[in-house]
Amino acid sequence: MSDAKHSSVTEARRRGQRENEVSRRDFLNEITLGALGIAGIGSVAVTYQFFSPNVLFEPPTTFRAGNPDLYPVHSVTFLQDQQVYIVRMPEGFYAVSAVCTHLGCVTQWKPDAEMIACPCHGSKFKSDGTKIEGPAPRPLPHFSISLTADGELLVDKLQSIKPAQVLKV
Amino acid sequence: MATTRQSALQNLRETKVWKSIFRRGPANTNRTRSLAVFGNLFLHWLPVKVREKSLRVRASYYLGSISFILFIVLFVTGILLMFYYHPATPHAYRDMKDLQFVVANGVFLRNLHRLAAHLMVFAVFWHMFHVFYRGGYKPPHEFNWVVGVVLLLVTLFLSYTGYLLPWDQLAFWAVTVGTNIISAMPVLGNKIRFLLLGGNIVGENALLRFYVLHVVILPLVAFLLIGIHFWRVQKDGGLTVKPKDDDGKG
Repeated sequence: MSDAKHSSVTEARRRGQRENEVSRRDFLNEITLGALGIAGIGSVAVTYQFFSPNVLFEPPTTFRAGNPDLYPVHSVTFLQDQQVYIVRMPEGFYAVSAVCTHLGCVTQWKPDAEMIACPCHGSKFKSDGTKIEGPAPRPLPHFSISLTADGELLVDKLQSIKPAQVLKV
Repeated sequence: MATTRQSALQNLRETKVWKSIFRRGPANTNRTRSLAVFGNLFLHWLPVKVREKSLRVRASYYLGSISFILFIVLFVTGILLMFYYHPATPHAYRDMKDLQFVVANGVFLRNLHRLAAHLMVFAVFWHMFHVFYRGGYKPPHEFNWVVGVVLLLVTLFLSYTGYLLPWDQLAFWAVTVGTNIISAMPVLGNKIRFLLLGGNIVGENALLRFYVLHVVILPLVAFLLIGIHFWRVQKDGGLTVKPKDDDGKG
């Protein structure tokens, strides 16, 4: 009697294991791997955050460029610290980036040749930023330029504007 | 004289300390020589037996060994340079100049580090070409070929990160141009550049990040991969010997 009972239990167990696809070992393995996976994704995320600085000690992107009278008409003035050209033409002011659109070298205004030239790979631009010669892929961008309440020029390097937008003073 | 030296050596081998370090006796037979290689941490990944052909100059030009020796030279001189270098502005450039003009033998160490770095890039490339033209990438060496290509990339990254550390005009513009090449990559480019520089410009954060990559992370990766590379040479059956080298002449 007990023998028969015993054999039926083991048989049920055997059948149970066959029908149930997930054993205790597999279950625990999957739970553990799942937890480790979630922890792994989380640690990648916090590491990414850690490596992205929240505070940067870089030159400000918005700056005052002084009184408009400082700049004669038909002049291109290079502001070294800001890496921007303040260009004054009869139609008005515009601020042109001095950073070459090719690989980020700082360009130079050549008054004799009346063009902006890059020392790294020889790109050439007109004073309004339009490209004369490559390898630069794009013209130099124009930055937003306006007047402050007390009448100084204000340039915002985070805002690029169309070259047609000129500040009339 | 010779006999007294030999007997002194023999006496040393009898001491408890010697026996505790070198468990096996003198390497007199092929068996004990093999055991000596197996039992030494610094030798155990090298093969205990090699074919004579694979030791010929033309089999390898010892390019892998030359690359490794240059890596060790760079490791030692690099650690010594670190004693006089601060990875910060404006110290970095001044420290580099001090190493050239003020520190005793500093210019020798700096030039040795720089020259060995140039030579290592050259040696690693030559090693790769040599292995390629000898068909060393073919089975069973495929995995080790891939490890070798990664080691070439690590060598180039080490070279590039070290380029910024003098913090002179060449370093600054080279890294400005190089990181702008990264930002040309679609979608992720600007993000990767921001993470690599720790900002939008090549500044103090960038110097520190390149320094940590150059002196900690990349050397560790290189050491690990070199270990695997050497070990796999043995496990894959030694250097590739061309069938036409097996001409029975030697």
